[in-house]
Amino acid sequence: MSAEPHAVTPTAAPVLPDGLVVVVKQDCATCRMVVPVLEQLGASATPLTIYVQDDASFLSGLPSLPDADLAVSWHHEIETVPTLIRVSGGQETDRTVGWSRTDWEQVSGVAGLAPDLPVMRPGCGSKSVDPDLADELRVRFTGSKLRARRIELATLEDEMETLFERGWTDGLPVVPPTEARVLRMLEGTSHAPDELVAIVPPDLVEITVEKVAINAVMAGCKPEYFPWVLTAVQAACTDEFNIHGVLATTMPVGPVIICNGPGTQAIGMNSGVNVLGQGNRANLTIGRALQLVIRNVGGGRPGGVDRAAHGNPGKISFCFPEDEVGSPWTSLATERGITPGTDAITLFAGEGPKVIVDQLSRTPESLANSLAAALRAMTHPKLVIAFDVVLILGPEHARVFADAGWDRTRILAELHERTQIAGADIIRGAAGIAEGVPEGLKDQTLPKFRQGGILLVHAGGGAGLFSTMIGGWLNGAAGSQPVTREVTWR
Amino acid sequence: MTTTILDPTSERTVAHRTLLERPTTLSGMTVGLLDISKARGDVFLDRLEQRLTEVGAKVKRFKKPTFTKPAPVDLRHEIASQCQVVIEALAD
Repeated sequence: MSAEPHAVTPTAAPVLPDGLVVVVKQDCATCRMVVPVLEQLGASATPLTIYVQDDASFLSGLPSLPDADLAVSWHHEIETVPTLIRVSGGQETDRTVGWSRTDWEQVSGVAGLAPDLPVMRPGCGSKSVDPDLADELRVRFTGSKLRARRIELATLEDEMETLFERGWTDGLPVVPPTEARVLRMLEGTSHAPDELVAIVPPDLVEITVEKVAINAVMAGCKPEYFPWVLTAVQAACTDEFNIHGVLATTMPVGPVIICNGPGTQAIGMNSGVNVLGQGNRANLTIGRALQLVIRNVGGGRPGGVDRAAHGNPGKISFCFPEDEVGSPWTSLATERGITPGTDAITLFAGEGPKVIVDQLSRTPESLANSLAAALRAMTHPKLVIAFDVVLILGPEHARVFADAGWDRTRILAELHERTQIAGADIIRGAAGIAEGVPEGLKDQTLPKFRQGGILLVHAGGGAGLFSTMIGGWLNGAAGSQPVTREVTWR
Repeated sequence: MTTTILDPTSERTVAHRTLLERPTTLSGMTVGLLDISKARGDVFLDRLEQRLTEVGAKVKRFKKPTFTKPAPVDLRHEIASQCQVVIEALAD
C-alpha cells in the first residue's frame, strides 16, 4: 500500500479546427449512410475534419482523425453520432445531430446534399455517453480536479478490511471511495469540489465539497442525496447547533436530521411504516454521511472527544422525513420559517426514540393528557426546561387531534399547558429523590419545556395508536439549538 | 489489479510542540484557573486558589461562557498573556 500524489491528467478541452467538424462511429448505420455526404462536404471549400470514435475503414479513404480515447467527444459533449458542428475562430457556432438534410445543408452552407438519401434519419448514441464507459471517462477527464490524497491498495489487500484498519468506519463496512464513485457523487451538486462547506469540530478543520463527497460515498449515499448531506454538514457545524458539544457530551445524544419538502419523496425517503427503523437507503445513509464527516474529517471519535457514557444506536445514523402528504397540519419546517413546498432539514441534538403507547384515548383531551404524562418524565421526571423534545405523532394519534379540529398550534398549546409542574414536587429531595431543581423554586410552577421546545412531527405507519418522543440535550445558547435550513447545495 | 481510493480524512499534519519546562516552584508565579462552567467546578477551584495562594502564587480566575463549546480565542489569548501557569478544571 502506498500513497502518492496523483498524476495529473490534462482536462482542457481539445480545440476544434475551424470549418466543419463531424463526429462519427463505424458502429452506427446512420454514420455509414452519410459517407456520401461527407465526401461531398470534403470536396467543398470549407475545411472538413472528421473524428472517428472507432474503426475508420468505413470512410473509404476519406481523411479522418481518431477519437478513440473519446477526449474530443467528451469535452465537446457529443451525445449522438453523427454530429455536425460549424466552428469559427475556435468556437462552435452551430451544431446538428443525426441526419437531416435540411439541417446539414443549413449548418454546412452546402446545398444539394446526397439527394438519394432519405430526408432524415436519427443518429446513434455517442460512445462517450455509453453507460458502460461513463465512470471510466469521468475519471479520465475530470479526475484531476480531485485534490484528496490517493491511496493505492495492493491487489491482495482486502479493501473493506483496510478501511476498518485505518479507522475510517463507524463499525460497519463502508463503500470504498474510489475516484469513479466520488466523481459520480459530485454529479449530485453543481458546486465545485474545492468549495468550502464548513469548519468541522472538534479539530476545526475546513471541509470541501470533495471531502464530504468521499464520506458520502463511504456512507452509501446516492448522488441525489448529496445536497441534503452538504446542507446537514453545514447546519451541524454552526455555533447554534454546536456539534462540538453534542459530540463531546457524556449524554447519549447525536445529530437527528428531520427532512421536509417534496424532495424527500423524490429521493425515496421513507416517512411511513418503520420510519425510524432499518430498510431505507436515503434515511440511513444521509445521517451516516454526516457522522462519518465528523469522525473522519473533524476527528471526533468515541473515547476521544466523544465522551458519551452510553451513546445510542442513532449515533451511527438518525435521519427521517416528516410525512407531509398524510399530515393534517403544516410541516415542522414551515412552522420554523421555511416556505411551504421547499426542501429543508432540521437538526436536533437527540437521544434514542421512545414510544408513547395510548390505545384507548378517543378524545384530544385524553390523548393530550396521556402524551403530557410521558413527556413530563423525559430525561428525568424532576428536571425541567433544559431539554427540548421531538414529538412524532403517529397517524392514528394525529387523527384523534385532527378529527377534533385541533391544529398544530392548539396541540402545542395544550401540551405546554399540561406539562406545567409544581416546583415543590420536583425540588431536590422531593419524593425521596436527591435529583431535582434547586430548593428556591419550590413555590413556582415550572414548565417542563421552554416555549418552542416541543418540535411536532407527523410520521409513521398507518396502524398503531402510538407516538414517539426523542429527548434532547441541553438547549439554549449554552448547549444546542435546533437548526432549520433550506436544502441548497444543488 | 490494484484499487485506488481517496483519503476521507482532513489530511492535516498535526503540529508537534515541545512541552515548556515545568516550573520548580509556584511561588511568585501567576496561575490562571479556568472554570469551564460546569456545576460545582467553582467549589473545586476555590479550594485550589486557597492552596495556591498559600504557596505564594498569584491566582487569576477565568471562566468559559459554556462548558459545551471550546474557550473563545480571546479568552485563550488573555490567559496566555497574563499567566505563566494554567489549570483547567475538566470535571462533572
